Amino acid sequence: MPTEAPPSRQKVSHVETVTIRFAGDSGDGMQLTGAEFMRGSALAGNDVATFPDFPAEIRAPAGTLAGVSGYQVNIGAHDVHTPGDQPDVLVAMNPAALKTNLADLRPGGMLIVNSGAFVDANLEKAGYQQNPLEDEALRGTYRVVSLDMNKLTEAALAGSGLSSKEVARCKNYFALGLLNWLYSRPQEPQLQAIQKKFAKKPELADANQKVFKAGHAYGETSELFFERYVVPASKYAPGLYRNVTGNHAAAMGFAAVAKLTGRQVFLGGYPITPSSEIMQELSHWKEHGVVTFQAEDEIAGIGSAIGAAYGGALAVTATSGPGMALKTEMLGLAVITELPLVIVNVQRGGPSTGMPTKTEQADLLMALFGRHGEAPLPVLAAQSPADCFWAAMEAMRVAVKWMTPVVLLTDGYLANGSEPFRIPEASELPHIEVRYATAPNQDGKYMPYLRDDKLVRPWAIPGTPGLEHRVGGLEKDSLSGMVSYDGMNHEKMVHTRAQKIRNVVEDVPDVQPAGADSGKLLLLSWGGTYGSVRTAAEALRAEGKAVAHVHLRWLNPLPKNLGAVLRRFEKVLVPEVNDGQLAFYIRGTYPGVDPVSYNRINGKPLKVSELVSKANELL
Amino acid sequence: MSTNPELPAYTKKDFESGVDPRWCPGCGDYSILNQVQRTLPATGVARENIVFVSGIGCSSRFPYYMRNYGMHTVHGRAPSFATGLKLSRPELMVWVVTGDGDALAIGGNHFIHAMRRNMDLKILLFNNRIYGLTKGQVSPTSELGKKTKTTPHGSPDYPFNPPALALGAGATFVARSIDVEGPHLGVVLKGAAEHKGSALVEVFQNCPVFNDGAYNFLTDKAVKAETQLRMEHGKPLLFGKDGRKGIRFDGRTASLQVVAVGEGGVTEADILVHDAHREDPTLAFMLANLDLTPGFPTPVGIFRDVRRPTADELTWKLIDEAKAKVSGKGPQDVRAFLSTGDTWKVE
Repeated sequence: MPTEAPPSRQKVSHVETVTIRFAGDSGDGMQLTGAEFMRGSALAGNDVATFPDFPAEIRAPAGTLAGVSGYQVNIGAHDVHTPGDQPDVLVAMNPAALKTNLADLRPGGMLIVNSGAFVDANLEKAGYQQNPLEDEALRGTYRVVSLDMNKLTEAALAGSGLSSKEVARCKNYFALGLLNWLYSRPQEPQLQAIQKKFAKKPELADANQKVFKAGHAYGETSELFFERYVVPASKYAPGLYRNVTGNHAAAMGFAAVAKLTGRQVFLGGYPITPSSEIMQELSHWKEHGVVTFQAEDEIAGIGSAIGAAYGGALAVTATSGPGMALKTEMLGLAVITELPLVIVNVQRGGPSTGMPTKTEQADLLMALFGRHGEAPLPVLAAQSPADCFWAAMEAMRVAVKWMTPVVLLTDGYLANGSEPFRIPEASELPHIEVRYATAPNQDGKYMPYLRDDKLVRPWAIPGTPGLEHRVGGLEKDSLSGMVSYDGMNHEKMVHTRAQKIRNVVEDVPDVQPAGADSGKLLLLSWGGTYGSVRTAAEALRAEGKAVAHVHLRWLNPLPKNLGAVLRRFEKVLVPEVNDGQLAFYIRGTYPGVDPVSYNRINGKPLKVSELVSKANELL
Repeated sequence: MSTNPELPAYTKKDFESGVDPRWCPGCGDYSILNQVQRTLPATGVARENIVFVSGIGCSSRFPYYMRNYGMHTVHGRAPSFATGLKLSRPELMVWVVTGDGDALAIGGNHFIHAMRRNMDLKILLFNNRIYGLTKGQVSPTSELGKKTKTTPHGSPDYPFNPPALALGAGATFVARSIDVEGPHLGVVLKGAAEHKGSALVEVFQNCPVFNDGAYNFLTDKAVKAETQLRMEHGKPLLFGKDGRKGIRFDGRTASLQVVAVGEGGVTEADILVHDAHREDPTLAFMLANLDLTPGFPTPVGIFRDVRRPTADELTWKLIDEAKAKVSGKGPQDVRAFLSTGDTWKVE
């Protein structure tokens, strides 16, 4: 919804896109400020993508480099696929935030600093010998807007009766008010949002509204800014929208499955960063047919889900790398018992505890091959925060249709990043058929491994008279399901299980390269890098370069036509946030195809500019 | 035990899968299987609503021999599958069959959590004090000094006492029996079947191949009257050939003592009357540890049997309340669900 900028002394410039990073101490409320700015931008009709970046420590010592928390918002007048490479605007609430974020700010970009926090103690904690705001070079490189938000906030709340600690905690709304003015946003929606957020604490609602207005007014009246900006509204498809993070979207996807099928969705899990929100969100939705269980460990999390699946539930477990490692033995059981189950792995930096709050794509080969024995299963990956909704539904649809565990890969960036999500019409939602066996299937007996023409076995659940049967981890006779140590039967079962998973390819759409159908260079990506790679490919094509892009939703089975498509290009560039796992997989799958890897493993989404230069090297 | 007129008149045979058990000749597991198959017909639960879940080990083959639904799962983890199944389908009767290595070594964590949640699971722990399926290594219930393949010079580890562990973890039903004491085992199994909540039944089970005679001190006719203390709710804790030995609680030392009725002024009124329904588990815990004192008898029977809301009942109470609040909304109303919270419209 386009908004009218109020009349103003300053010049108003239109910008197509802008990337803003809010950075401050963990206690400064930067996640909230960033999320609120994102919400306001979406309400104003901009396309948005965000990237929260915070430390693993909940509250590192105040003012230290370790305690800096950041939230990056990319807003645009056209399709925004990434949170932006480089901030155009950096809001730094203290010296530590300036120190850790300044290098990312685009030269010539705007630096808004809270000078009130640049006192000796904070400067020392950030390792500054002298106050960087007094450095001429800084002002030469960036447009520095320095203001004492501490004092301005205090002034706005003079006589409010709030404690000085409470007053200090309002200053993030000063920054938000200022930015709202700078990007020509109406005040009213934000004031309402504050009212709603602090409904139970009217004195804080009032205080934050005052501070927000003060920030807004300060932009208007002070001489600090020469211009303000308008990011025109993006051309959204008509519909009802909401903002979602990837974890929220995944949880909504699973709950939607429960509503669509009328069947119980059961999630068994264990808290682990960055996946916990999936379990948390689902725990709220008991009325929608969701049962959640927080287990004693990761193993029991998936164990409970497999138990529920045997009982007929649509079972899910959600975890991240270390938890995935713990679940692998259980995955083997789900493979051999051929029970439907979705395992969400929200990938994070590894190995071991690694970087829990940072993103990575380094569990791909683990998802594909990380089990003992021959234990293939379908693997798919979500490509954006909102896409986690669709990927969750698709994973469950395939799990139930094919009676198999399915691994859904997302990552820390998708999990915490957010974007607008168009709420689908009922007609756009998938059809998920859940069928239980109700009668004996051979000569009055129930044969649990009597398969249909797609090699799928029937699902008979406890409570069904006459179909009592046992499943388990010992190899089973290919028909009766009795324990079998016969080597030939085992070989047959190994081949049958593998063929069944290969058959899933009928549900995997062929890839269609964006851009040319053949030519010099193809960018091949999967998972959370979609936004960066798509943006890079578009930028290259805008420069007239013959670059196409294929993004993989399915990693196993791979699309039928993928090999042929890859061979139509002279070069294939595979950018990944790992050390080349998809490239390795592609090399092994399609002999003769030798992709070039572009790998960054720095805990952050890929930068578009780096991808563009890498591609240019190959052209 | 409840009877359900709508169910067929089950006999033991209705619970036999027809698969020949593959346990060693003379294994105590045969007797336990037999008693479980005898117990189930009278539970009033339909055969298709009973599920046996096991881990890995000799005992864990059990589900294959029952004509119910069953899962033979992962070493030590059976309680986790059973927990998910029971939470998802609270109307099912779920049994876990496990052994001392399965439940107390690799699966110790799942075991104690199943107990403390008061999940309505019936856990049968076949305790033969040895690893049988892997051919004779020390187990978490092997006694101190035990010589096994991995402790050739004697085990330096103190063993777990399963009933004491279960009581410590908050189990609401804790019992012990012996494979060769068929009728006694039957009574204990019936108690577990009727109990609602976490139930542990430890069964002393002889492994004739790797730990033969481990329980002879309790089962030999010559000594069993002196070494077994049979606990029955509401009855004095008496034992011995002539039933004149008993357990007395000594308040001064807060300990249990073995006394002889008729000696030193001891009368039957001095003997502790067993109360399995006491909320406070302290006395049950003392009984569970009774035979730590050399020469004291080993208790068998039901240590504790108390009723409190189970984890599955509490979970479904919340679910039912939540569902009642939104009655009137159809299950298909996905769009309404997705539209809750902050939304905006683009024309």
